Amino acid sequence: MPCISPDGKPSATGLTLLRSLKGGSLSPSEVSEKTGLTLPRVRSGLRELRAAGFVEESEGRYGLSQAGAEAVA
Amino acid sequence: MSQRESVGLPRLGETAPDFEAVTTHGTMKLEDFKGMWLILFSHPADFTPVCTTEFIAFANIYEELKKRNVELLGLSVDSVSSHIAWIRNIEEKMGVKIPFPVIADLNKEVAAKFGMIHPGQSKTETVRCVFVIDPDSKIRAILYYPLTTGRNMNEILRIVDALQTTDKNKVATPANWKPGDPVVVPPPTTQEAAEERVKAGYDCKDWYLCFKKL
Repeated sequence: MPCISPDGKPSATGLTLLRSLKGGSLSPSEVSEKTGLTLPRVRSGLRELRAAGFVEESEGRYGLSQAGAEAVA
Repeated sequence: MSQRESVGLPRLGETAPDFEAVTTHGTMKLEDFKGMWLILFSHPADFTPVCTTEFIAFANIYEELKKRNVELLGLSVDSVSSHIAWIRNIEEKMGVKIPFPVIADLNKEVAAKFGMIHPGQSKTETVRCVFVIDPDSKIRAILYYPLTTGRNMNEILRIVDALQTTDKNKVATPANWKPGDPVVVPPPTTQEAAEERVKAGYDCKDWYLCFKKL
């Protein structure tokens, strides 16, 4: 399922991905292991969340942005 | 779309054409599947009988495919809304949840890249294609079935098993091979190798046809 809802907020799957990053930045594989979502779905979802400003990426690892942290606070 | 574009298809050993597509699981790219095997398959249309039996059958082998590090990705030229309605209908009426994403290829962009539309069968619908793509995005096997013939899931699993066995053990697999059966030792390329292999303990019918158990 898309990770961003039509209203611009994270969807249920989007929130699952964001919550997995609360403990610190992770690689897509680590997110996949933590959430049980398939790796392609995680990669796709993180890309979508990044474009919407909810996550940040550095050297292949993803972490919460300010907006992402607020979404799962 | 020209006739040439509609029937062009990638060939075995080539890198799969790149794509970014809207799916029932969000926008997905070929690169999202990097590092794992991908079975990209097309079906003619949602809410059609043979396709429904195939979707159920693909869902039924999904766990077996996951054990083999294989993901499934469906495709037809229907919309996401149509896919969602059909998938929900399959779950409601047939009790089967479809766990894999399905591309909504409304503009036929991905279908054209993979040669999925065969005008002799249908000018608008994709035929029943299966592309087996390896972790390096290389196309390793292609199946084409006509609109009237549903695919055989055992054969799809068998192809995956055969390709993975071949890659792991540098062997080939004979006709009707299935996991556990003897495999074919690659044929020798020199006279010396031909003479040596008959002494190597393989089950050789002759110098060019030798089997071994894994």
